[in-house]
Amino acid sequence: MSTVSTSDRTVLTAQHLARHYEVGRGAFRKPATIKALADASFTLEAGRTLAVVGESGCGKSTLARLVTMIEPPSAGALTIAGVDIVGADRAALAALRSRVQIVFQNPYGSLNPRQKIGAALAEPLIINRKEMSADDRRTAVLEILRLVGLRPEHADRYPHMFSGGQRQRIAIARALMLRPDILVLDEPVSALDVSVQAQVLNLLVKLQESLGLAYLFISHGLSVVRHMADEIVVMYLGRIVEQAPRDVLFAGPLHPYSRALLSATPVADPARERERMPLKGELPSPFNPPRGCAFHTRCPLAFDRCRVERPELTWHGETKVACWAVERDDA
Amino acid sequence: MALLEINDLSVDFDTASGLFRAVDGVSLSVDAGEILAIVGESGSGKSVAMLAVMGLLPWSATVTAKRLAFDGRDLLTLTPRERRKLVGKDMAMIFQEPMSSLNPCFTVGFQIGETLKVHLGLDKTARRLRTLELLAAVGIPDPERRLTAFPHQLSGGISQRVMIAMALACRPKLIIADEPTTALDVTIQAQILDLLIALQRETGTGLVLITHDMGVVAETAERVSVHYAGQKIEEQPVRALFDDPHHPYTAALLAALPERAKGRFLPSIPGTVPGQFDRPPACLFEPRCRFATDRCREKVPPRQGAIAGFALCHYPLSHGRPIGHPRPEGREVAA
Repeated sequence: MSTVSTSDRTVLTAQHLARHYEVGRGAFRKPATIKALADASFTLEAGRTLAVVGESGCGKSTLARLVTMIEPPSAGALTIAGVDIVGADRAALAALRSRVQIVFQNPYGSLNPRQKIGAALAEPLIINRKEMSADDRRTAVLEILRLVGLRPEHADRYPHMFSGGQRQRIAIARALMLRPDILVLDEPVSALDVSVQAQVLNLLVKLQESLGLAYLFISHGLSVVRHMADEIVVMYLGRIVEQAPRDVLFAGPLHPYSRALLSATPVADPARERERMPLKGELPSPFNPPRGCAFHTRCPLAFDRCRVERPELTWHGETKVACWAVERDDA
Repeated sequence: MALLEINDLSVDFDTASGLFRAVDGVSLSVDAGEILAIVGESGSGKSVAMLAVMGLLPWSATVTAKRLAFDGRDLLTLTPRERRKLVGKDMAMIFQEPMSSLNPCFTVGFQIGETLKVHLGLDKTARRLRTLELLAAVGIPDPERRLTAFPHQLSGGISQRVMIAMALACRPKLIIADEPTTALDVTIQAQILDLLIALQRETGTGLVLITHDMGVVAETAERVSVHYAGQKIEEQPVRALFDDPHHPYTAALLAALPERAKGRFLPSIPGTVPGQFDRPPACLFEPRCRFATDRCREKVPPRQGAIAGFALCHYPLSHGRPIGHPRPEGREVAA
């Protein structure tokens, strides 16, 4: 049985995706295995946004690296545009890579300071569209610049001449050069100020509407996610703990971690009655994740079963959630 | 008398390309037992103003003020020796990056004890007891064991708790927290903010919270001072600020928050904060303001009264309408 539903708008399917890392711990100890991503299944659809939220160490950036094929998965299947990447040969992978592009968090670090913007934008074309003439490349660069709201003369400037918001526009422009189907946005606005953040979010919405892009939007900021996402995945220690359409999740999160995350996010409304569900303690070490449900060490609802047996994702209405407490209350 | 009084504070930096005014005529006051939030985007001079109060600016900075006083003592005429006795004892600061604010070479116990030794002259046993007490107060589990821990062994949340413990060590009258939770995850942020406020209530210290996060402001502050490009442009109690912002910048900033969005597109503020070379001649927000007129380009805006939130504006807003404006519907500003 397939764990994810697919439709004709589906551009990417991930099933039980996992990524483990071996970490050396000195000459006299066995290397440890970190399960940065333990099990993730989801689909991306054209013109829609799937948001991944979770705190540092939950595996959301690892997920981005797998989806963009920067790293191969340790287990599971990843199908992009109908092609399974696990069995694919080099040529097929190269073709697939140009269909998935990524925008990184920090626009100050992701642009080469010695490269003019025009050259940075043309580089993907030089590598992937070898048949293209220099003139055509220039035209393509100028068109993309216009698309992201920059001016043609910006092509001849260096990154340091731009503000943070403009740099993020450039990073988005570069990701769009190969006309991808999927854009992975790894915290695209967390380094930006509020007034600039709004500009970049508007640009992303506009691009999605006009180009029909599928977004994998990775963020820890729930207010941004609420604005951008169609569907939301909440991750904790490498696993999906809850997956639901946006409005369903924000109306009534089921998993205690989602509830804590929602209640901990500050809301810009001083009149709001605050209902805090404080979490005790911190994220456990990923070297030694807790037995049973990984969240039980911080969970206010944890009971005996949570400490020994790991819950699987199960459907509750429109939500998929992995929690024994929710299961028990439903029964 | 206010605990901290700042009147007309300016800070100029001597840069290779000339003088740069990072803080421009800021006046603030903080009472004992009060939480004042200073909000602004990067480049608004909010941190620099507080670093000037602490005397932590580098030599390239020139601080000028009509009055800069803490607990009745004039900070401008203080000798460095006297200032060192004050800073860290009666006023303490918590910084943004707990990981880089702690010295990696010394244990947590030593670093907290250092403050106690220098300012209070406690002996070894007394220091140890007080340090344990502080670590327990900031909610660090197993404080005995943490005494001998080095900063790299701590997570971000625990490091920030250590920083708070260090700031509280000498029972200060004023704590300045500069983006204390920006580097932390949201659930940890909630823990740290709750802790900071609980401790502030308990001890009756004044707290200055510097932040860029309107959500944090809404949930913690009592009074809010909004800064833009080095100037204080508005000051109001927190509820009033969110209900009826008087400066167009504050209004635009609140409207640009995703959680206040009404549709797919956010009402964004075009352009960016002015830098050293493109500072407008009169009102600094004028190029990005939808209500800007010729008057805003020619004449430095006046400081409005308390009823208009001390807005630094020719046409302060009242429920979104600019008062005395020739075209109150405003204009579209090109991005």
